[in-house]
Amino acid sequence: MITKKDVQYIAALARIHMSPDKLQGLTKNLADIVGYVEQLQKLDLKNVKPTSHAVPLTNALRQDTVKPSLSNEKALSIAPQTRGGCFQVPLVIE
Amino acid sequence: MTHKNMSQAFETVIGLEVHLQLSTKTKIFCGCANMFGSAPNTNVCPVCLGLPGTLPVLNHQTLLYAIKVGLALNAHINPFIKFDRKNYYYPDLPKGYQISQYDFPVAKDGFVMIKTDKGPKRIGIKRAHLEEDAGKLMHDNTDNCSLVDYNRTGTPLIEIVTQPDLRSAGESYDYLNTLKLMLQYLGVSDCDMEKGSLRCDANVSIRPAESTSFGTKTELKNMNSFRAVKSALEYEVGRHKQVILSGGKIVQETLLWDDQKSVTVAMRSKEQAHDYRYFPDPDLVPFTVDYKVLDQVRAELPELPGVKLERFIKQYGLNEYDAGVLVMDQAAANFFESCCESYNQPKKIANWLNGAMLKEMNERKVGISELGLTSVNLIELIKSVEDGVLSHLAGKEVLTLMLDSGKSAGQIIQQQSLAQVSDDAVLMAIVDEIIQQNPTAVEQIKQGKFAAAGFLVGQAMKKSGGKANPKKLNELITRRISHA
Ligand SMILES: [Zn+2]
Repeated sequence: MITKKDVQYIAALARIHMSPDKLQGLTKNLADIVGYVEQLQKLDLKNVKPTSHAVPLTNALRQDTVKPSLSNEKALSIAPQTRGGCFQVPLVIE
Repeated sequence: MTHKNMSQAFETVIGLEVHLQLSTKTKIFCGCANMFGSAPNTNVCPVCLGLPGTLPVLNHQTLLYAIKVGLALNAHINPFIKFDRKNYYYPDLPKGYQISQYDFPVAKDGFVMIKTDKGPKRIGIKRAHLEEDAGKLMHDNTDNCSLVDYNRTGTPLIEIVTQPDLRSAGESYDYLNTLKLMLQYLGVSDCDMEKGSLRCDANVSIRPAESTSFGTKTELKNMNSFRAVKSALEYEVGRHKQVILSGGKIVQETLLWDDQKSVTVAMRSKEQAHDYRYFPDPDLVPFTVDYKVLDQVRAELPELPGVKLERFIKQYGLNEYDAGVLVMDQAAANFFESCCESYNQPKKIANWLNGAMLKEMNERKVGISELGLTSVNLIELIKSVEDGVLSHLAGKEVLTLMLDSGKSAGQIIQQQSLAQVSDDAVLMAIVDEIIQQNPTAVEQIKQGKFAAAGFLVGQAMKKSGGKANPKKLNELITRRISHA
């Protein structure tokens, strides 16, 4: 069963800001979705090989050959804040 | 707590995780150059910056390297391999997840043999998998910001995880050195810890000596050398004992090693929930490894250090020490063998390589190939010494001159007139002079005290500027005195 706490936890992990008045509704929505998918648990999958990918392809590889990278200016052009050729972010400390 | 408990014997249990950057030309999932030391954010593209709409494509070479490492670790190579997303938020990870491997790593269930006082010991390898490296963060506390360089993002890594088979800090240190040498032989990485090409984290716990269950472990990070790993483990084992013996409990946590203060400190982490929610990466299709690929990679495997050591002892009759020093350096070991091909004096060649040559390499801070010396050059020099043309001391000087000038031993001997003077007439003049100057020693020799002859040889040697052949001098002195 999905609880309000589960929803808050998942939101925190995904860095989603959620206003408290939405919590009740989202919890119900998520519980419904999980409940719907849970029907699969009833299937007998003993002889079914696990699907690891939706596309039946393997070994998509590329050669170890250098391709041009972006210029520093171009790479940083999408950043809200930059300094000294770097992306600038709020202070994080390990 | 009873007194008996105070002297309770504990067993240490350690597992190590090594992250190795692979030295491919490009990154693992994009064509950006895999290079250390570039200007910040110049080896980046939409793929490794994690921009929407881009797709990662696996670099074939990284897979071959990983298989190579797996085979060298005596591991089972999975015939079916896939990549998964390890989710966490941190600014050094632009996508919000790291592409790694969860349930189908490249290799699993291997082992590494290490030497211990009690003989060889097998250290189990749980798994070895491919993943991408994260970017580099620099913190500016005064300005309340962090700066991110994504050049390292997407650098191919192989993570090698041991079973909890290591029983001391010393064993861990030996395992790391054994592993590193093997990885260097494979040529898949420069294994340079200072550049961060090789990094090591440790899990450590202790338990009562007779116990089979595990104690609570702590994870150690931020060790920048194997010596630091050893110190951190020694410190942490001591801390665990102290906490347990004083009735406390070890808390499972991640600690950082402070090399300056030689202590472990708790990480000041921001609510870092370790809930990675692994799931298969839909951007990457799975990979298969068939016997053809395995055979191809296996054929490329070099002779590994342990095997080479045994062979050097057996084939060349070297002692374990000499063989060990040679094997420590793959290029030197190869050089040794090419010398032995044309000059069947393995012990003498090993002495030169592990002595004078090693000293030159250390002083010049270069590897043997950068010395610019061929095996033919070295053998010519060794023969000159063995034939008595050069004294051993002069031989070492000639080596230095050879390396400085790029000239052969013969050329230098001629040029510097370093050849030992064996010409009887020249030597006889020196001998006569010495005999005249040292009547006491001469008298002693006449009375049968032959030790005094050594003194005279030394004097004559000095007079000749170290160039005379000592054997010849001894001969001449003895002859001169007995005929006087
Ligand atoms: Zn890139």
